Amino acid sequence: MEQKLKTDFDKFISMSNFSNQEIKLKKKALDNFLKNGFPSRKLENWKFSDINQIIQKNIGELTFYNDYNIKNEINDEIFIKEIEHNKIVIVNGKVERLNFEYEESDKINLTTLENFNQILDDDNSLLSLNNSFSNKTHNILVKKNYSFKKPLIIYQITNEKVRNTNINFQLKFELEENSSIKIINLSDDNSEKNFINNLFNFNLNKNAILKNYKIDKKSNTNIKYDYSSITQKENSISETFIFSSGSDYKKNEVSCNLEGQYSSAFINGIHVLSKNRHHEIRTNTNHLHENTKSYQLIKSVIDDSSKSVYQGKIYVDSKAQKTDGYQLSKAVLLNEQAEFNAKPELEIYADDVKCSHGSASGSLDEDSIFYLMSRGLDKKTAKELLINGFLLDVVEKITDEEIKKLLKNMIGLN
Amino acid sequence: MRDKQIEDLKDYKYGFSTDIESYKAPKGLNENVIRFISNIKKEPDWLLQWRLKAFERLKVLKEPNWQKPKYPKIDYQDLYYYSAPKSFKEKPKNLEDLDPKLLETYKKLGIPLQEQKRLNGIAVDAVFDSVSVATTFKDTLTEKGIIFCSISEAIQKHPDLVKKYLGSVIPITDHFFATLNSAVFTDGSFVYIPPNVKCPMELSTYFRINASDTGQFERTLIIADKGSYVSYLEGCTAPMRDENQLHAANVELIALDDAEIKYSTVQNWYPGDKDGKGGIYNFVTKRGLCKGKNSKISWTQVETGSAITWKYPSCILKGDNSIGEFYSIAITNNHQKADTGTKMIHLGKNTKSKIISKGISAGKSDMTYRGLVDISKNAVNSTNYTQCDSLLMGNKCGAHTVPYIKNKNSNSNIAHEATTSKISEDQLHYCQQRGLNQEEAVGLIVNGFCKEVLQQLPMEFAVEAQKLVGISLEGSVG
Repeated sequence: MEQKLKTDFDKFISMSNFSNQEIKLKKKALDNFLKNGFPSRKLENWKFSDINQIIQKNIGELTFYNDYNIKNEINDEIFIKEIEHNKIVIVNGKVERLNFEYEESDKINLTTLENFNQILDDDNSLLSLNNSFSNKTHNILVKKNYSFKKPLIIYQITNEKVRNTNINFQLKFELEENSSIKIINLSDDNSEKNFINNLFNFNLNKNAILKNYKIDKKSNTNIKYDYSSITQKENSISETFIFSSGSDYKKNEVSCNLEGQYSSAFINGIHVLSKNRHHEIRTNTNHLHENTKSYQLIKSVIDDSSKSVYQGKIYVDSKAQKTDGYQLSKAVLLNEQAEFNAKPELEIYADDVKCSHGSASGSLDEDSIFYLMSRGLDKKTAKELLINGFLLDVVEKITDEEIKKLLKNMIGLN
Repeated sequence: MRDKQIEDLKDYKYGFSTDIESYKAPKGLNENVIRFISNIKKEPDWLLQWRLKAFERLKVLKEPNWQKPKYPKIDYQDLYYYSAPKSFKEKPKNLEDLDPKLLETYKKLGIPLQEQKRLNGIAVDAVFDSVSVATTFKDTLTEKGIIFCSISEAIQKHPDLVKKYLGSVIPITDHFFATLNSAVFTDGSFVYIPPNVKCPMELSTYFRINASDTGQFERTLIIADKGSYVSYLEGCTAPMRDENQLHAANVELIALDDAEIKYSTVQNWYPGDKDGKGGIYNFVTKRGLCKGKNSKISWTQVETGSAITWKYPSCILKGDNSIGEFYSIAITNNHQKADTGTKMIHLGKNTKSKIISKGISAGKSDMTYRGLVDISKNAVNSTNYTQCDSLLMGNKCGAHTVPYIKNKNSNSNIAHEATTSKISEDQLHYCQQRGLNQEEAVGLIVNGFCKEVLQQLPMEFAVEAQKLVGISLEGSVG
């Protein structure tokens, strides 16, 4: 693999027009990835999902070279019609369209970053892989006091041109004081057996609001890793909603740094899994300042021989007095072969805090099924109704009414 | 042959003292030392081979390092692995020679003078280090057919039982410290309860650490045959000491059909001084196997001592309808560190487990609850309930919860809850208003916090433990 990485990297650099500074950073990132390789179960964070093994088993040999010079056709039919929205269309990791038609153009600043986010984390070599092979990083800056009028939908499309390929993509958002944005991240996969590695950075300044809804519904055989890093200053709010269902393997990782007082982070997630699918949500909420708040609710419905994993960590620094942290994960196992693993973790160094977590897993409540059946529903409908209610709880947490309605229809929950 | 071996060993370059009163194996860990221990205890050949096999395994094993509390590297070649009773010349002559702080603690715990002397090896009674203290109540127990003796004695008198069960729960291929114990264990307790016998009294042994630089490697084996019941108490105190001492005991419990074992521990070893100097490293492997149907194993522990406590008393619920329970109070103060919890491994049908863990950290200490609940595919209709609460005193300490939950069975239920909080000003104010001073008030509130676990302890123990809870937290408020 090492040789393949090196030759693909050289090819990639020669085919692109990166500056010397970028090439330097990319080389450094590649060296870090070469040193560590794909993460395996030996690392605590990857204990329940050995991505090294999963890639080997499902894909085998990966191609790291991805030609960003190819122009991809976009079929306009895939766009959401129910709501007016701005668009970013990404095909096979390349940004094909940036369209902010509903917004005031002088309030948004679009640039590409030369000094992209450089994290050399030995525990997460995938970030290094992303840094070394991703195309130019777009930076979207929302200026002071500006709120997006319409949501931004990020369409992440893959087409049949890629196969057994590693696609790396990264995007950065900078929210200035008092600004706000609503994002829906929608994947539309028409490819097979690729490893898709996404990295999103959000920087929230004072009073900024981020609402981020991530939807992975369409059935596909890709393996995906999605990392969101959110940094929050005073009084800012972030809301992350994850619906994870369609891909063969998906790990969503959300890392929140609450650096300013009165900042709060909400992370809600749903796993609806069947077949052999294996999905994981891992959260890392760092309370670094006084009076910060975090809330997490994760629910899984697991059928066939699928596997759902939740790893959540709340870290409270000794400075972060008056922290309010909450974490709840629940799972319903529908099949004998299904599996749920959880590791809800608290690491606390301050005494005046309110932190709790809970986790429960089991089968659907027989009494509830009996109750519904005694009222004339057949068993299948009764079960569906219960699952519906179980998941609706999470969807109801979405604070934007328009998007909530849209997503309910999309997911099929009413 | 064996005599020759001893003869050979005597020529070992560090030499042996022939003085029976201070009989020590030379420092270091090697095959000769293991042969020496085995020889001196007149062990049968199979046990020697067993130890050597463990030692072979130990050579390839690495010390685990995933735990939260880190400690300086232990030089295993710099430890004594066997020391017989010390000469009385080396021991303190009377209580006045002891550290006054230690005496104060004894006084608060209400330990009788005679007992205090015994604990410090002053009394003229035979007091031993690694060799088990003579056990009492023997007659009553013999009448019922209960075997309660040191494991060395059991190896001589009941080799079949020992051979059958030793290492059946903690195999020699287990983790580093367990394997180390298998290779060099010196003594410990052995309990066998015959079928359908309810042990009429609480069985108890005081383990002690006395000789300087002596790693303590006890081995306890408790077997409850069909339909029997036993409650076993383990309590520990250690004298003031400066060097860190390693304690890597192995405890194996086996419950056959319809049997129940209740194992209670109050651990109050020397935790090091205020600045975190000295103290015991308590790296103990405790594991119970619910082998038979309807069997039950219950662990209760009050952990207040040791510089580092690193243990996970576990239950393997193999028999159908078996039950595993774990009740724990862990208190850390000053620079103490604890990483403790349990593992509940559900293998049989209709198995149940319950975990109640209360962690209290004060001063500059660090406390971690780490637990595993694993429900396998075949463990139909199993349930687990876990509750782990942490109480923090001050903002220089840490409290962490790391539960691992694995559910592979759709007919099983797992529920886990955890909270972290501090003693509220209101509660303190209320108690102080009623005439308690601040320390008494804290003691009262903490005892209330721990009540669920304290209730599980046998009567005599509960009283001692309650006092211990208060004493451990002294100086942590204000």
